[in-house]
Amino acid sequence: MAAGVGQQWVLVEMVQAFYEAPAYHLILEGILILWIIRLLFSKTYKLQERSDLTLKEKEELIEEWQPEPLVPPVPKDHPALNYNIVSGPPTHIITVNGKECINFASFNFLGLLNNENVKSAAQASLKKYGVGTCGPRGFYGTFDVHLELEERLAKFMRTEEAIIYSYGFATIASAIPAYSKRGDIVFVDEAACFAIQKGLQASRSNIKLFKHNDMADLERLLKEQETEDQKNPRKARVTRRFIVVEGLYMNTGDICPLPELIKLKYKYKVRIFLEESLSFGVLGEHGRGITEHFGINIDDIDLISANMENSLASIGGFCCGRSFIIDHQRLSGQGYCFSASLPPLLAAAAIEALNIMEDNPDIFQTLRAKCERIHKALQGISGLKVVGESFSPALHLQLEESCGSRENDVKLLKRVVDYCMNSGIALTQARYLEKEEKCLPPPSIRVVVTVEQTEQELDKAASLLKEAAQSVLN
Amino acid sequence: SFFPQKNGISNGTLYKKTFIEHFEQAPMYVAVFTFVGFAVGTIFGYLRDFMRAWGLEKRNIAAEREQQKDFVPLYQDFENFYTRNLYLRIRDNWNRPICSVPGPQFDLMERVTDDYNWTFRFTGRTIRNVINMGSYNYLGFAETDVNALKTVTIELKKYGTGVCSTRQEMGTLDKHVELEKLVAKFLGVEDAMVFGMGFATNSMNIPALVGKGCLILSDELNHTSLVLGARLSGATIRIFKHNNMQSLEKLLRDAIIHGQPRTHRAWRKIIILVEGIYSMEGSIVRLPEIVSLKNKYKAYLYLDEAHSIGAVGATGRGVVEYFGMSPDDVDVLMGTFTKSFGAAGGYIAGKKGLVDFLRTHSHSAVYATSMCPAVAEQIIRAMKCLMGLDGTTQGLQRVRQLEKNTRYFRRKLHEMGFIIYGNDDSPVVPLLLYMPGKIGAFARRMLEKNIGVVVVGFPATPITESRARFCVSAAHTREMLDTVSTADVLGDVEKSSFPLESSGERGYLSVPKPLVLSW
Repeated sequence: MAAGVGQQWVLVEMVQAFYEAPAYHLILEGILILWIIRLLFSKTYKLQERSDLTLKEKEELIEEWQPEPLVPPVPKDHPALNYNIVSGPPTHIITVNGKECINFASFNFLGLLNNENVKSAAQASLKKYGVGTCGPRGFYGTFDVHLELEERLAKFMRTEEAIIYSYGFATIASAIPAYSKRGDIVFVDEAACFAIQKGLQASRSNIKLFKHNDMADLERLLKEQETEDQKNPRKARVTRRFIVVEGLYMNTGDICPLPELIKLKYKYKVRIFLEESLSFGVLGEHGRGITEHFGINIDDIDLISANMENSLASIGGFCCGRSFIIDHQRLSGQGYCFSASLPPLLAAAAIEALNIMEDNPDIFQTLRAKCERIHKALQGISGLKVVGESFSPALHLQLEESCGSRENDVKLLKRVVDYCMNSGIALTQARYLEKEEKCLPPPSIRVVVTVEQTEQELDKAASLLKEAAQSVLN
Repeated sequence: SFFPQKNGISNGTLYKKTFIEHFEQAPMYVAVFTFVGFAVGTIFGYLRDFMRAWGLEKRNIAAEREQQKDFVPLYQDFENFYTRNLYLRIRDNWNRPICSVPGPQFDLMERVTDDYNWTFRFTGRTIRNVINMGSYNYLGFAETDVNALKTVTIELKKYGTGVCSTRQEMGTLDKHVELEKLVAKFLGVEDAMVFGMGFATNSMNIPALVGKGCLILSDELNHTSLVLGARLSGATIRIFKHNNMQSLEKLLRDAIIHGQPRTHRAWRKIIILVEGIYSMEGSIVRLPEIVSLKNKYKAYLYLDEAHSIGAVGATGRGVVEYFGMSPDDVDVLMGTFTKSFGAAGGYIAGKKGLVDFLRTHSHSAVYATSMCPAVAEQIIRAMKCLMGLDGTTQGLQRVRQLEKNTRYFRRKLHEMGFIIYGNDDSPVVPLLLYMPGKIGAFARRMLEKNIGVVVVGFPATPITESRARFCVSAAHTREMLDTVSTADVLGDVEKSSFPLESSGERGYLSVPKPLVLSW
């Protein structure tokens, strides 16, 4: 009873309050209540409101959509479509498209492609291990031959450790992204080869290109980075920096100024990655590459990467350096962990090739002498200029004057190459993916010097090129 | 996993025979123990790091040079935490060196560690005739029989080992042309192109096929090479759930209806990346459904048959033959020669226009050395054997033997009550271990019994689904398979593990019936 009265009393109070409240108060409350009701019943609001298409409209869109063809049609006369087909091994005397020529196009610098000892080492390995390894290094794909090759390479290059990959391209393309991640900075030469470019793309780091072999330009970029760092020292403390250069550049045939680079390394605290595919087995007194050429302590270079497809006449690649650096790739080098290992016969061939390199250190001097010879002999060809150092075994011959478009230049050079091929010297043009390269080099003819070429052959090649240039370009 | 069935319900009428895949779930207590195991490992890891930092424990890790101590550190300590503290404890189970041909049995080099896996030392002894359940030797072509390798020996003597040039320059040998013609004939397509490395086949050709403005729909569990190729191409990547056709269809519809993000322009092309057999799951791709989806929505299909070429199909032609479909249904057929052919390298096959385009635009053709001719000869002889062109039926016998071995092994393990993932016909057999402690224990105990297995944990698999993976080979005899499946080690694993009861009475999660699709 008392509760009932109490309740009534509260109700009465409320009604009284209602009558006594000022008008604006009531109106405001009313509006708020109406607003709440509206919000409760309105549709949910999505931030990215997709246009509301009906099912019929969606089906129409799906019907109408026409994709591009999977690949654009390739014209039959595309210069890259008709390959030179080599019958038999690409040795010193090579049969190209049915014609026997002297080989000036394969990177067989030390002539080990046809070496009997190398072949018999590969044969022995074939008898013992078969061909493939049937697994990546982590899952029973590690053979004793691989371990031996890694040890031998590390000993030869006088570093702590080496790691081998089963494909030359994949070596540097897997090594760079293993260390350099998003947010790190890489200073790379403009003339870096495609494999380095792909490695940099996979790493997602900031790339800064400096002009080819221009140390002043590099120093300018490094100074700019230093001023950036001072603005944000906390970020600078965790941003790794690298310089990526090649020992002997594939695209230009010259070497990098390594002593200056080392000075810059210690001044600006940047690590150096050196790509030595062309200089391994070529430069230096014992063929150890550009560090031996300049007499630099190999520990000053953080990582040396090279492929075994040039001087060692095998397949695959390796990286060498201190264990602190190389060991990391065993778990984070994608081309190492997720790919089958090198077939043992190729590893055995590489070991034997290393043996030959160690036992005959005079071949490097012989090779250099031949390079000098042909470099001199090719000077003064009207219409063609020689690009590359005098001791580089892979030279380029570029047109002195371009005839306007790249396509025409390529056609002209092709005529020179065909002339030489018809007369018994096998040459090739340097091939590039024109749309993919960052800094596309001009079209050129590649001239490769090997120890197997005799002096008469070198002279013959030079005179033939002179003739060809005369007849085609004039 | 511990969550409901991964693969969605699908259209069963496209399949000509039963398609049975298992992805059992384990009871809840297993999940709990797995997480506890990792937690304990992590706590000890922090403890040891602390002790190392304060000099209470010897630092065995290689260190930076003195002259470069003030450089920005190359590795962040945290990145390597897992490597230092969890992986290192059991790393003697990986990178085991062998010294014989990786056939059905091999010889391991005995390796001991004096300092808990920081360094290894070879004792000089070899452990002979270890049963090989780890190498990808599906058809048994990894052999050293003199007759079998006769032609390879001849070609090796003739050609040597290197090529020293790229395909477009002076590196195309007559052997490559012969091999490409044979691969095209084997697969029943117009043309094919071969490359020196399987991984590089994906990472260098996908960027040539798609670019900016294109869309890539990639399976959740695709191999690293496919992921790398997709990333390098610059196209937009969208992931659909593993083998889940609803997820794929939804992505396709959304892509075509709404176009590119923000601009709503139409996509230039849509490409679907799938694998034939997924090597960590043992599952086979649902090819008939994907092809019907791709035809309906005008997308392109890139099929990576690294593990399935030679291993499935009535005559070893891969998943296309397995499902009774025509190779014209798939736009880009890719595969590797490492697994079923006992060699190295990869191929891409399809219409002539596609292959011509790759000859001119593939990164590998322009910048990478071509395949070694002796390796090419091994593939030629293996393929001729498979096709019966060598005058024998050995090829077919191998395929049949593999099929028999696969079925037998899977049935045996299933009967014993283990959780096996994957399709009944796939020669890749993942056996789930779950707990981190079991990974190391299983591999070591199996080695004591002279059986070499592969164990995988995080990060190759989800953190709670560590597994041992068996690769059945045509060269395995029934005795070998019996030895492996009845090894006492497996018995221990079973005891603390998850017997498959026929009724649905299980712990917390009920076992769904195996996914059976039939017509």
